[in-house]
Amino acid sequence: MIRRLGHVDRVGVEERAAQLGKRSIKTTAKQQGIRLAVSMLDLTTLEGADTAGKVRHLCAKAVCPAPTIPEIPSVAAVCVYPSLVGVAREALDGTGVRVASVATGFPAGQVSLEAKLRDTEDAVAAGAEEIDMVISREAFLAGEDTRVQHEIVAVKERCGDAHLKVILETAELGSYDHVRHASMLAMEAGGDFIKTSTGKAGAGATPGVCLVMLEAIRDYADRTGRVVGFKAAGGVSTSKAALHRLVLVKETLGDAWLTPDRLRIGASSVLNDLLMQYAKTETGRYGRAEDFSKE
Amino acid sequence: MSDRLAVRKTYKLWIGGAFVRSESGRYDHATGAGGRTVNIPRASRKDVRDAVAAARKAAGPWAGRTAYNRGQILYRAAEALESNRERFEAAEVEASVDVLLHYAGWTDKLAPVLGGINPVAAPFLSFSLPEPTGVVGIVAPDAPPLLGLVAEVAPALAAGDVVVAVLSEAEPLAGLDLAEVLGVADVPGGVVNLLSGRRDELASALGAHRDLNAIVDAAGDTELAAKLDGLASETIKRTRHAAAATSYADAVDDALERLAAVTELKTAWHPVGA
Amino acid sequence: MSIETRTSIVWDYAPAPESADHVRLRDRYGVFIDGEFMDPAEGRYVPTINPATEEPIAEVGWASASDVGRAVEAARVAQARWAGLPGLERGKYLFRIARLIQERARELAVAETLDGGKPLRESRDVDIPLAAAHFFHYAGWADKLEYGVNAREVAPLGVVGQIVPWNFPLLMAAWKLAPALACGNTAILKPAETTPLTALMLGEIIQEAELPPGVVSILPGDGSAGATLVRAPGIDKIAFTGSTAVGRDIQAALAGRQVGLTLELGGKSANIIFEDAALDQAIEGIVNGIFFNQGHVCCAGSRLLIQESVQEEVIGKLWARMGRLRVGDPLDKNTDVGAINSAEQLERIETLVAAGEDEGASRRSIACELPERGYWFAPTLFTEVSPAHRIAVEEIFGPVVSVLTFRTQAEAIEKTNNSRYGLAAGIWTDKGSKAFEVARALQAGVVWQNTYNHFDPTAAFGGYKESGFGREGGPAGLRPYLRVVR
Repeated sequence: MIRRLGHVDRVGVEERAAQLGKRSIKTTAKQQGIRLAVSMLDLTTLEGADTAGKVRHLCAKAVCPAPTIPEIPSVAAVCVYPSLVGVAREALDGTGVRVASVATGFPAGQVSLEAKLRDTEDAVAAGAEEIDMVISREAFLAGEDTRVQHEIVAVKERCGDAHLKVILETAELGSYDHVRHASMLAMEAGGDFIKTSTGKAGAGATPGVCLVMLEAIRDYADRTGRVVGFKAAGGVSTSKAALHRLVLVKETLGDAWLTPDRLRIGASSVLNDLLMQYAKTETGRYGRAEDFSKE
Repeated sequence: MSDRLAVRKTYKLWIGGAFVRSESGRYDHATGAGGRTVNIPRASRKDVRDAVAAARKAAGPWAGRTAYNRGQILYRAAEALESNRERFEAAEVEASVDVLLHYAGWTDKLAPVLGGINPVAAPFLSFSLPEPTGVVGIVAPDAPPLLGLVAEVAPALAAGDVVVAVLSEAEPLAGLDLAEVLGVADVPGGVVNLLSGRRDELASALGAHRDLNAIVDAAGDTELAAKLDGLASETIKRTRHAAAATSYADAVDDALERLAAVTELKTAWHPVGA
Repeated sequence: MSIETRTSIVWDYAPAPESADHVRLRDRYGVFIDGEFMDPAEGRYVPTINPATEEPIAEVGWASASDVGRAVEAARVAQARWAGLPGLERGKYLFRIARLIQERARELAVAETLDGGKPLRESRDVDIPLAAAHFFHYAGWADKLEYGVNAREVAPLGVVGQIVPWNFPLLMAAWKLAPALACGNTAILKPAETTPLTALMLGEIIQEAELPPGVVSILPGDGSAGATLVRAPGIDKIAFTGSTAVGRDIQAALAGRQVGLTLELGGKSANIIFEDAALDQAIEGIVNGIFFNQGHVCCAGSRLLIQESVQEEVIGKLWARMGRLRVGDPLDKNTDVGAINSAEQLERIETLVAAGEDEGASRRSIACELPERGYWFAPTLFTEVSPAHRIAVEEIFGPVVSVLTFRTQAEAIEKTNNSRYGLAAGIWTDKGSKAFEVARALQAGVVWQNTYNHFDPTAAFGGYKESGFGREGGPAGLRPYLRVVR
C-alpha cells in the first residue's frame, strides 16, 4: 500500500508558531500559566547513571517542587526507565503523582517486537501507570505504515490499565508532512497520547512540531470524537518555552485542553526556571540558580 | 607632556572571530606609528589551514542570512570603520568606508542584476539565481594597504562569500587594525580571516588548499599570479587577477565584475501546468 | 502542595499594554517646509484623534494652497543641487534616515498605533521595520541607478508630489520617498488626513539626518491640499496611493499635462483555496489576508474562493479560527484586530455589510466585547455569496470576507479575473505546477502562492487594471522616478 502524505506547509507552520510565541503573558496570566505548566510536567530522568537514590530525590521534588511556595502544585508524573519503576512507585504511593515508564527499547527502538512487548510488560508489572513507547522509525522510514501501527496496537494491549503515550521522534521523520502522518497513524492505532520526542536525539518539541501535532489531534477529534492527549518533550527548558507551548495548545485546541489529562510537558530543568519566574512575579527580583534545590 | 607610559599594542592574526598568535610562534617586524618597530605574527601553513576551516564553517550560515541582513552588517562595518578613522590614513580610510557602503547596497541587488527569469521555449518556469561561491582566498596588494584590501573583501562579502586574506607583507598593519574594527562590527566569526606573514608562502598555501572555491589576487606579481593559476587548476578554482584599487572609483567602477567573479549561477526549471 | 483538580480551566491573557510614556510627541506640529516646521499659512490647526478612544493626540497644522506653493518652490530650488550630488552621498542621507527609523522604532510604532488604530504588534513588527528596510534598499540604489534600469545615463524627473493613505502611514511614506530621493528627485509628501503623526515624526528624523532643506516637505491636510498639489504648476510627477475613485480624479486632472503619474489603488483580491492545499496553513493565510490591519489593505484577500470539494472543511476551520481573534485595545500586545480608522470608514463598512445581508448573503460575525468608545467592527464572514453581490464586487476595506465557491481551476481563474480590479491574489495548492500555471493566468500584479500579505523592498508591488499602474519596490520601483537619457 502506497502511503499518501497530507499537505503541510513548513513556512506557514513556522510563521504561525512563531507568531503565537509573541503572545505577552504577564502578571496573573503568567502565574496561572506557570502553575498550570508545573501541574502538567512529567518530571523525567532517563540516564545510564540513574539509581534508586536519584529517583527518590526526583520523586520528592515532583510531589513538592517548592516548599516555600505552597500554591505551586505537584507535577503530573515522574518518568523513568523500567528498572526504576518500582522505586518510583514506592516513593510516589498515595501522592497522586503518577508513575510513567519508557518502554519498547527506548530511545532507538531497534530491538525485536518481542523485546519491546516484554519491556512493556515488565514496566507495567513493576507498577507503571503510564507507558511512553517509541514508534519504529525503521518501519516508518521504510514506508511500512501497517507495521508501525501493528506494533502500537500490540503494545497498547500489553498496557492493560496503563495509558499509552506514543513517541514519534519527530526529528527523525523528515518533514512536517511526515509528522502529521505519523500522528494520525498513532492515533488511529489507539494511542492515548502522542508525544513529540525521546529527548535523546536531535530537536525535540519545537514550536512548529507542536503546532502540527496539535492540529492533527484537533482534526482527529473532530472526525472521530476521540480525545487524544499531547506531550511535548525535549527542548522545553525555559519558562518562556513552556508558556509558549501552552499558548499553542490554547489557541489550537482551546482552554479545555489545559489539563494534565490532555497535556503534558516532558522535562527536567524547566521546573526550576518555572519556579524562579514564579518567584519573580511575587518579589519583582530576577532569581539565581541557588534559590531552589536542584533536586 | 606627561610621564605616563603607553600600553603597547600586540598585533595578532584574526581567525574564526578570535585574535590569535601564529601556531608557529614565529614573528616578523613591521614599522608602526612614529617609526617604531613592532612585532607582527608570521602566519604559517597551519594558520592558513585553520583559517580556511573557520571560513568553511562560517560559509553556510553567512550565505543563509537574508541579503538584507548581510547588507546591514556591511553597513555597520562602514560605521565602525568611520568611527575608527584616526587609526588609518585619512583619504584612504574615507574611500574604504565608501567602498563598504557601496557594497552594503549590493547585497539585495545582485539577484535582479545577475539573475532573472529565462523565457524558455517550453512550458516551464525557468529562473537563474546568483549564489555565493563559498570560501574566497584573497591576496592583498601592498598599496594602498587598507583600501586595496577592502576593495577585495567587500564585494566577496556582499556576494555572500567568506574570505581568507593574506595581508600585504610590506604593509600589514592597516589590515591587522582592520581586523579589530571588523571584530566589533557584528561580522560573524570566520566570515573574514586576516593573516600577516610572508606573502608567497601564505598565498601558495592558500592557493593549494583544496577546500577553497576561488582565489582573488590583487598582489600584482606576475610570477605569483602564474603560480596561483597553476595551483587553482588542481580543483578548478575560480580565479581573478586584478590591479590594486587605488581610489574609490577603482574599487566600484567594475563592481559587477568583482561580484560575478565570486558568484555561481544556479538555473532551475519547474513545469507550469496542472 | 496539591494537584490541580481536573475542572474546566480558563486561562486568559492578562492585559499587556505597550507603555507609551517614552514616546516624545509634541502637543502641536506645524507643516514641514524647506527643512523647518512652521505655522500653516492660514493658521489652521486640527486635532488628530486616536480611533480606539476618540481622544485627541496632538494638533496638526493643515496646509493651504499657499503652503503647497511654497513647498513646491522650495523643492524646485533644492532639486538641482540634490540631483548633482554623487549617488553615494544621496545614499548616505537615506542610510541615515533608515538608521534613525531603526533607533526610534518603538516610539514610531506606538505613535502609528495611536494615530491609526492598528495593533501594536503590526506596527512594531511590520510597518516600522519595513519602512526602515525600504530606505536601506533604495539608499543602495542611489549610486547604482544605471544597473537598476539598464541604461548608460539616467536623470531624475525633478519635483514629485506624493499622496499617501491612512492604512500604512509611515510605510507608504517610505515606499514613496525612498526611491524618489535615491533617483535625485525632491518631494512633497501629503500624508492622509487622519494619520499625519508618523509622517511628521519622519520630518524630525529628516532634520536629524541633516537632509538639505527643500528636498522633502511634508504637508498634512485634507483632500483639498492633495488636490492642490496635483494641480500645482512646477510638479513633474505625482505618485498616489488610495482609492480608485480619487485615483480617477487625479488622472483626469493631469490630462494633457506632461506630468508623470503612478497610481496604487483599490482591490478586491481573490484568495483561492484548492482542495490539495495545506489546509491549516491556508486558513492562516485567509485570516492574515483579510484581518491583518483590520482589512484596511488595498491587496486584502477579500474574496475567498474555495474549491467546492473542501468548502465545508475550510469554512468550518475558518470560522473556528476567527473565534480566536482578539479584538480590542490596539496598544495591547496581544491584540490581533484593532480599531477601524475613522467614523467615516466604519460607516462605509456598515453600509456594505448591510447591503450584503439585504442581497441575501449569510452573515456571521464573531462574538467579541467591543469597547464603548472608538470605532470597531467585529470580523465578519459572508457565505452564500453570489458573484454579483455588492460585497463580492465592491471594496469594503474592512474585516469582512466573502466566500464564493468554484469547481475547476479554469472557473477559479475566470471568477478571479472577472473584476475591474487586479491588485493581488492568493493561490493555495500543494502542486507547484498548478500554482505557477494559475499565477500566470491571473490578472493580478501580485500573486502570493501559499502565503499572503508578504512584502519586501526588493519585490515589486502594484496592480493591473483599475488597481492602478506603476510598481513600487525593487529595480522596477526606480523607473517611475527616472528618465533614461541614453
